[in-house]
Amino acid sequence: MTPQHPSSRDRILARVRDAVAGAPDAPEVARDYLTSHHPDDPAALLDLLHENLADYRAVVHRASETALPALIARLLAEHGAKSVAVPSGLPASWPATTDAEQRPDDGTLTPYALDATDAVVTGCALAIAETGTLVLDAGPGQGRRALSLVPDLHICVVRAADQIVASVPQAMQRLDPRRPLTWISGPSATSDIELDRVEGVHGPRTLVVILVVD
Amino acid sequence: MPSFPEAAHDAVRNETLRGNLRHATHTIRDKRAVAVSELDDWAQLREAGMRIKDQTLRHLDRHLVQLEKSVTAAGGTVHWAADADEANRIVADLVKATGESEVVKVKSMATQEIGLNEALEAEGIRAYETDLAELIVQLGEDRPSHILVPAIHRNRGEIRDIFAREMSEWGRPAPEGLTDSPADLAEAARLHLREKFLRAKVGVSGANFMVAETGTLVVVESEGNGRMCLTLPETLISVVGIEKIVPTWRDLEVFLQTLPRSSTAERMNPYTSMWTGTTDGDGPKTFHLVLLDNGRTDALADEVGRQALRCIRCSACLNVCPVYERAGGHAYGSVYPGPIGAILTPQLRGTASEIDASLPYASSLCGACYDVCPVAIDIPEVLVHLRERVADQGGKGHRLEKAAVKAASWVLDHPSVLAAGERLASATRTLHPKRLPGPGARQWTESRDLPEMPAEPFRDWWKKNRS
Repeated sequence: MTPQHPSSRDRILARVRDAVAGAPDAPEVARDYLTSHHPDDPAALLDLLHENLADYRAVVHRASETALPALIARLLAEHGAKSVAVPSGLPASWPATTDAEQRPDDGTLTPYALDATDAVVTGCALAIAETGTLVLDAGPGQGRRALSLVPDLHICVVRAADQIVASVPQAMQRLDPRRPLTWISGPSATSDIELDRVEGVHGPRTLVVILVVD
Repeated sequence: MPSFPEAAHDAVRNETLRGNLRHATHTIRDKRAVAVSELDDWAQLREAGMRIKDQTLRHLDRHLVQLEKSVTAAGGTVHWAADADEANRIVADLVKATGESEVVKVKSMATQEIGLNEALEAEGIRAYETDLAELIVQLGEDRPSHILVPAIHRNRGEIRDIFAREMSEWGRPAPEGLTDSPADLAEAARLHLREKFLRAKVGVSGANFMVAETGTLVVVESEGNGRMCLTLPETLISVVGIEKIVPTWRDLEVFLQTLPRSSTAERMNPYTSMWTGTTDGDGPKTFHLVLLDNGRTDALADEVGRQALRCIRCSACLNVCPVYERAGGHAYGSVYPGPIGAILTPQLRGTASEIDASLPYASSLCGACYDVCPVAIDIPEVLVHLRERVADQGGKGHRLEKAAVKAASWVLDHPSVLAAGERLASATRTLHPKRLPGPGARQWTESRDLPEMPAEPFRDWWKKNRS
């Protein structure tokens, strides 16, 4: 706490207290809304996530764990990516077969270095089926926030077995607010010009999601 | 600043603007209805959102103190600003302390409200807007006209011309031969701003939510410019209105469902950032939160008007408002246009000025705004309440109205006088002007057509035909 302007702090708090003095008590929050809008069926949720990701212009693939390295190598090659940022904790096998130069996130990757990096591969903390959302929490294999932001191609791997939740309320329960969180639903977009939706403004212009199914 | 009717006078005659606005508001309105209908429990979510915000406001002092504690514990520094000047001074001092002379900004209503960019400019600090629409507004030396799509009054040709003409003044020039296709224009903005993001040392943002319990701030966006500003600089300064608090982490689950659907009509907006203080090795090393009052406690003190502070700035009320659709955002004379602006601005700024006293009347009270509000703000109720306040403070129009009503009461109390008046009015009906002369009456008929007089008063017709 910096009591740089202690008087303002006290003044604002006093004004708040005066303003609500004698106000009736606000009713308790009734949480009778749904915790999920879909039945808890893993196969159906996987399909729903796939459909919603694609609906918001993410490119979606399904692959087994063993097929993952070859798929990642192929996707990087197809996008002409010559370099790929690799967050710490990413399974070494994932980028093992790519020809792209691997750039581990060891603290040397400045914003300029990231800007000169073509792609990034990350895992995620979880994915929300109902909204087609990936959530990254800087955990192992996800890297710091800038890593999945500056390179132009983001390949994100989701484990279908244990990382898919149905709804926003279910996601909130599993997430830790002390970690920096990034929620991603499709590539960046704008509708600022005559409401014409344009994908790929400042974030990665291409978002590829690989759903790992076994 | 001119009153609302004066300011709207030109806008309603501007065919291009009317066309843009009609297209925009109807498009978003229809999409929103679809996005909302996907959730069977919309009514329950709306009710929960309303109650969460009411809890926030009822115990705002407690939540503010808790927020300060949790942000501080997470490595942030909290400042309190009673008004715009103080907030601007705090931010300018913080920027100067870093030794930098430029900042990159995330779209923020609060910083527009306090005129932060101009205040920083006066201190020799350049603030770069990074949201595409805000960039269009900034380069065009313009004002935003919508909460969600601030440059909705500009069409692609105008935007192309602004970019081609102004970008070189601010940094990387627009590409040669820039066309007016939205994809091309977005690409030009990407290149122009990328250079700024990469070298930025200081970011300035607002926030959509602050969680008192955890100290977490939330910014929802679409373009990624927010992520850039919140992630790449070494110092982050967030200026947030004190009403933007939610008490608990769990409360976010309500608004992260209602806000995107109500605002951009999406299941989820492309990017949401949540951060709690600072994190080693990830994002800014220094985080300052400036809590802004600037009239909010005045609104909080009004038992009818305080519900306006529930607003989560989704802009759904603008897109269904028949008045906004025709008058456009600039007529409201504030960064908060449309129905929410009509009830928020007069409470934040008071009703002394001509524009602020006219805002509660900038509505037909049709109630569409209340129906779509995801936190159930009864905007018509607050409008009527504020009209009462404006009428009570008097002023020329209201004195005339009182005198007219008094005279009318006397006439209506004396049937013979009324009957004589009616006969006179009917007998002279071919001579009636379309507009009434004289103070009060002139203003009244400037925006209303006088009714046609019948050939004879109803009393006379009744006598002839029924007695």
